Amino acid sequence: MDVGNHLLNIVIFGVFVAITLAIVLRVSRGNRTATEYYAGGRAFSGRQNGIAIAGDYLSAASFLGIAGAVALYGYDGLLYSVGFLVAWLVALLLVAEPLRNTGKYTMADVLSFRMRQKPVRTAAATSTLVVSFFYLLAQMAGAGGLVALLLGVSDPGQQGLVIAVVGVIMIVYVLVGGMKGTTWVQIIKAALLIAGAAVMTLWVLVQNRFNISALLAKAAEASPEGTRILEPMLQYGGSEMSKLSFVSLAIALVLGAAGLPHVLMRFYTVPTAKAARHSVAWAIALIGAFYLFTLILGYGATVLVGPEVIRDSPGGVNSAAPLLAFELGGTVLLAVISGVAFATILAVVAGLTITASASFSHDVYNSVIRNGSATPEQEVRVARITAVVIGVLAIVGGILANGQNIAFLVALAFAIAASANLPSILYSLYWKRFNTRGTLWSIIAGLTSALVLIVFSPAVSGSETAMLPDVDFAWFPLTNPALLSVPIGFLAGWLGTITSNETDDAKQAEMEVRAMTGVGAEKAVVH
Amino acid sequence: MTETQSQPDPEVFRRTQASPEFHELKRSFRGFAFPMTVAFLVWYLLYVLLSTYAVELMSTPVIGDVNLGLLISFGQFVTTFLLTWLYVRHANRSIDPKAEAIRVEIEEGQV
Repeated sequence: MDVGNHLLNIVIFGVFVAITLAIVLRVSRGNRTATEYYAGGRAFSGRQNGIAIAGDYLSAASFLGIAGAVALYGYDGLLYSVGFLVAWLVALLLVAEPLRNTGKYTMADVLSFRMRQKPVRTAAATSTLVVSFFYLLAQMAGAGGLVALLLGVSDPGQQGLVIAVVGVIMIVYVLVGGMKGTTWVQIIKAALLIAGAAVMTLWVLVQNRFNISALLAKAAEASPEGTRILEPMLQYGGSEMSKLSFVSLAIALVLGAAGLPHVLMRFYTVPTAKAARHSVAWAIALIGAFYLFTLILGYGATVLVGPEVIRDSPGGVNSAAPLLAFELGGTVLLAVISGVAFATILAVVAGLTITASASFSHDVYNSVIRNGSATPEQEVRVARITAVVIGVLAIVGGILANGQNIAFLVALAFAIAASANLPSILYSLYWKRFNTRGTLWSIIAGLTSALVLIVFSPAVSGSETAMLPDVDFAWFPLTNPALLSVPIGFLAGWLGTITSNETDDAKQAEMEVRAMTGVGAEKAVVH
Repeated sequence: MTETQSQPDPEVFRRTQASPEFHELKRSFRGFAFPMTVAFLVWYLLYVLLSTYAVELMSTPVIGDVNLGLLISFGQFVTTFLLTWLYVRHANRSIDPKAEAIRVEIEEGQV
């Protein structure tokens, strides 16, 4: 099904790019110091940062992927969004505030606070780069599918060209705007995305006289699965192993968010721990409301578009939300929603790139290679060069990964974050005895076990839906590693700690007092 | 531009960490955050396990076509919003003043 006016889609996306570029240019004057480039001068309010977090978190996978999953699989699509939302309580209760009080720019700042700097920063930067790259790949791969649907471009070469254009615009945002510009792009995008979804949701609800039960009944009528679309395990209930894979995925989702480096870095853009707390509260309200919208949108698409039409359209499951927009508001609403979806990819990719480049420049280049002797100007210059390199890698990776399952790649990034990052973050904040060996073992064991179990899972080889369907080297039966790799990360951190005598009571006291009270925390930049 | 700040003497942190005020601050934070973390994780895992292994129970219609599973899903949203509100209120009222008092003491060099 080829719908909409492709030219209008491109024009609306172009308008978004023009407006955001103008804003990025305006806000980024004097973007020279490291604090301004990495942390937007720490001058954003809790509410602004909360909206930006929602803009960073509500990726194309959330918007298009979850609405589509609800449209085709109903309840099982909802399971995703519950995990993505509840995960924020870990960040709220345990991570956001102490992180803001003890770090400057990166996740490694906190992990290395009371440990030996070089090895811990190297390990933390490696895991930051791996998680960010998987997440980046998912977003860029999603861009290809979106292009197919929205611009009517089905030739892979031309899709590659559009992926490259998206990548180049993103690099410009990051280079010119730094964290301040990127944050504003995310704020604008979040406002547009949430408003667009709210309008469509209201539209569907009005059509059904605000009777949710009636909407569900119609969805069950429209779906070939009947009332199964209102019940769990339509998608995951195939076998005992697919059920266990789902439990594993659910663990990755709930523990992954607070270990995602690009989420953690957002907490450095506010002036105080209290503002960090308020950012998470705002983010939870916005993200929660948005996921409730996607539920209505998904079932609305089942009713108004129909599962067969969604499945057969060029974008497949990801096209449910755009097709629903077309059914409701014709070419104009479709163009607006398409523009917003593109903007979503752009904003998320920019946030990931700035995180990865900051980690390389601050943790690897300055702390490990230059022994901390690099000036802030040198650090920012290296970060900018790194951002270009990562942007180019993302374009190439996105073209190669075009057509891969977006939700699967995102779930992978969450699983790695939950296994490699979360255990060491929690231990270093709340376990006095934790030390350098514990940190290293936890990161290395969590990271390698997650990666190894993914490579040897049925998601990569040995099944019809695998990345490499023609070969079979799978021996791990679950498609998501978290059920095993998260406990491995925690266990290795404990084992490494108790087998080493190293302790630094003075540093531990300093870290704990600073984490709890905000003494000596980095201040906002005042012009 | 101000980015430099005076670093307190390391001994100050050790004395503060051992002080009754700091223990009280820690108790006030952990006494809320730790049990709540356990509670929401257990509640979430229960939801996941019921959805996975008790499909028939979760498919029981409760209000019209809204079944038990969908109601518990909404319940997850409600408890997440509620817990966020409770924590922000608790932190604003009971944690911030204690943290602020200790911070001022350290910054004014009275420890």
